[in-house]
Amino acid sequence: MHEYSIIQSLVDSVAAAVGQRDATEQRTVQRVDVAIGELAGVDCALLATAFEVFRDGTICERATLTIDRIPARWECTRCGGAMARGGFLRCALCDAPARLAAGDEIVLQQIELEVA
Amino acid sequence: MCQKDSAATVVDVQTRILARNDNAAAHNREHFLERGIFSVNVMGSPGSGKTAVLEATARAFGDPRRLAALAGDLATDNDAARLLRAGLRSRAIETGQACHLDAEMVHHELHHFDLTGVDYFFIENVGNLVCPAVYDLGQRANVVVLSVTEGEDKPLKYPTMFAKANLVLLTKADLLPHLPNVSVPAILDALARVMPDPRLISIESLADKGVLDWIDWLTKSRNAMLASREVREPHMVMA
Repeated sequence: MHEYSIIQSLVDSVAAAVGQRDATEQRTVQRVDVAIGELAGVDCALLATAFEVFRDGTICERATLTIDRIPARWECTRCGGAMARGGFLRCALCDAPARLAAGDEIVLQQIELEVA
Repeated sequence: MCQKDSAATVVDVQTRILARNDNAAAHNREHFLERGIFSVNVMGSPGSGKTAVLEATARAFGDPRRLAALAGDLATDNDAARLLRAGLRSRAIETGQACHLDAEMVHHELHHFDLTGVDYFFIENVGNLVCPAVYDLGQRANVVVLSVTEGEDKPLKYPTMFAKANLVLLTKADLLPHLPNVSVPAILDALARVMPDPRLISIESLADKGVLDWIDWLTKSRNAMLASREVREPHMVMA
């Protein structure tokens, strides 16, 4: 259940990002957009539940969470060719190992604020 | 970059949510590198044999004073005590309810370690095939300990951890004759689908079999780290 500690870090990241803006404004966080890779080791349903539980009393209290799930994509380190899903992670043409080109993201993408 | 309308402002952030952990991990990694210490994040299921591997490593290593370890568990310092008896400098991290170690826990414990003369530092993570894979601790290598009794499809079921592994240690191989549904080729096949450069060493910790191959891997990996440090900082005198 590391999703709870990820939400703790997310709320801290949102607070830091919002705090960087003009301190005289009244700001309410309306929406938080995150990207979670398929191979990031994060369960999106648990992350959403953790957000619901944890947001009370924080800067994200009135915010919704949107999760952009990024599929895993492996490619050859030499020719850049894509590896077939579920297949061996070694290029049949180059005999070179694959590298993970996408799918390990745990990223805060955007925050939507209501500014008064 | 901001897009504004009358009611709402969208702030483009694009930061890693675990940036604070990553920064602490980078600090730990530099701390180890400066001292020429090869650090290993040892992960695996509860009971896979992580502690037994480190005990066997100490027995075979010749001078276990060159080895140190942190042992993470939810409760008890039993593993750290075992490692201490095996000759490693060791400390326990009791995480309470936390299912993984993080870089700040490791950083805190490093303040209590005398690392003089240590060449290899093992961080025995909490037994768990999911959460520990998410947190960088500042290690140079990830090693997953997989016991044959866990079944040959574990890598396919827990791909994130195996995708990040530099090496898999297959333990309890002496039990294979009693496991008709488990074969090493099938484990290798599963690893090749989740690990880009699959490497596997079979170890029977209690019989001290395969341990020298593992120590050879450690030695070569540390030498490669020292060589890369020399390239980065050619003025440094190498140990």
